[in-house]
Amino acid sequence: MVTKSLHKRESDLANSKRQLEILSNGIFRSGDLPKFAHKIAETNQFPLKAKKLEILQINLGYMCNQVCEHCHVDAGPDRKEIMTKETMLQCLDVIKKTGAHTLDLTGGAPEMNPNFRWFVDEASKVGIKDFIVRSNLTIIKSNKKFADLPEFFKSHNVHVVSSMPHWTKGKTDKQRGTGVFDQSIEALKELNAIGYGIPGSNLRLDLVYNPSGAFLPGNQTSLEKDFKKSLLEDFNIQFHNLFAITNLPISRFLDYLIASDNYEDYMYALVEAYNPAAVKNVMCTNTLSVSWNGFLYDCDFNQMLELPVNSNAKHISDYNEELLYNRDIVISQHCYGCTAGAGSSCQGSVT
Amino acid sequence: MQKTYYDPADLKKFGKISEWNEELGKKFFDYYAKVFEEGALSEREKSLIALAVAHTIQCPYCIDAYTGDGLQRGITKEEMMEALHVAAAIRGGASLVHGVQMMNKVNKLDM
Ligand code: SF4
Ligand code: SF4
Repeated sequence: MVTKSLHKRESDLANSKRQLEILSNGIFRSGDLPKFAHKIAETNQFPLKAKKLEILQINLGYMCNQVCEHCHVDAGPDRKEIMTKETMLQCLDVIKKTGAHTLDLTGGAPEMNPNFRWFVDEASKVGIKDFIVRSNLTIIKSNKKFADLPEFFKSHNVHVVSSMPHWTKGKTDKQRGTGVFDQSIEALKELNAIGYGIPGSNLRLDLVYNPSGAFLPGNQTSLEKDFKKSLLEDFNIQFHNLFAITNLPISRFLDYLIASDNYEDYMYALVEAYNPAAVKNVMCTNTLSVSWNGFLYDCDFNQMLELPVNSNAKHISDYNEELLYNRDIVISQHCYGCTAGAGSSCQGSVT
Repeated sequence: MQKTYYDPADLKKFGKISEWNEELGKKFFDYYAKVFEEGALSEREKSLIALAVAHTIQCPYCIDAYTGDGLQRGITKEEMMEALHVAAAIRGGASLVHGVQMMNKVNKLDM
């Protein structure tokens, strides 16, 4: 069981350059597998271009109460990088003028940022259509000061998106830590009790499923059916939609793949499941990711790999939607994670 | 010369059997795909049956394929192992139930 981030452990893989090297060497250098750029060129989709911005995703920091084994952020209690109020103010300026219909706050555990509530308060006044907070559920149970989060979310009409790797305790705790399942169930019950996730309710509660190992997610619709059935029968819990998300081979998941000798097989599986139809809708084409220190990235994964946007607007302080429009997306072999099978994004399948 | 009869990489080449007989190959794969579609049984139930049968016929390709398929569907290892015990019980039972034949014979021949 992992208890510290790669950064804290001073692992080789804490270095994003090292990760990018791994993703370009070996089977990709030898030509056993085609590089992502070549693959998408086969269907004339290279270079990938940014379309109209629809989702602004802001990472409030890498601090988290959990240390999940698969975490692509390498988050944990030992990460101190969190967004300052000054950067939040710059983000608010952008939120006020953006044409994006969705604002998506993520982390780490975004709630651990001391200015989180102030920021949500301010951002919700702008009246963005869909205001998402990615909450890991256990944060609500981790400390008394977070106990009223469900009510706080409700009063700001926040759309809650939470991770739940399985409907059984065994598989959940293995990926996310001992006790996570029971705490998540408690948190979900509290959210249900105030109206979140109930069929027909405007208080949206969606769950995210990541496979708990070196395999790809199955069909999103059937997984959603199984999750709904089990959570309802076993715990009387309801939710709206399930997003099945593929684990991308970066950060702690890459570390796990290598340590368990699954890296090559996993890359083969991703490439084999490559679906050109998914390329059209990969999330970088309509999303922009802002890091805790205000830099702009094509997606949360590129943020973790420290691959900045290919544009003259590199920081939230020089944000310019027109400049960012139609930019070339920065890609590497991790992108195969977004195009496998039905495709994968922070909103689940893309086809 | 290849040192073993089975190579995991061959599983991926399964589709190639159609190259030497396209008509029958196509019919087989169409049938196969149809069999595993949701019907009176769910795809999940069918996957577990396939896993149990794979162990009964001891096909390493099928074991590989349906273990992976089960994980993707969120089938737990407890469910998988129970399915295997069903296969094992039927296999063991099939041997033992013939004991009745043996007993009949002994009873007939023995004084
Ligand atoms: S996966 Fe989410 S909850 Fe788990 S450590 Fe990473 S940020 Fe925290
Ligand atoms: S990893 Fe990021 S850049 Fe690559 S395809 Fe996915 S969303 Fe786009």
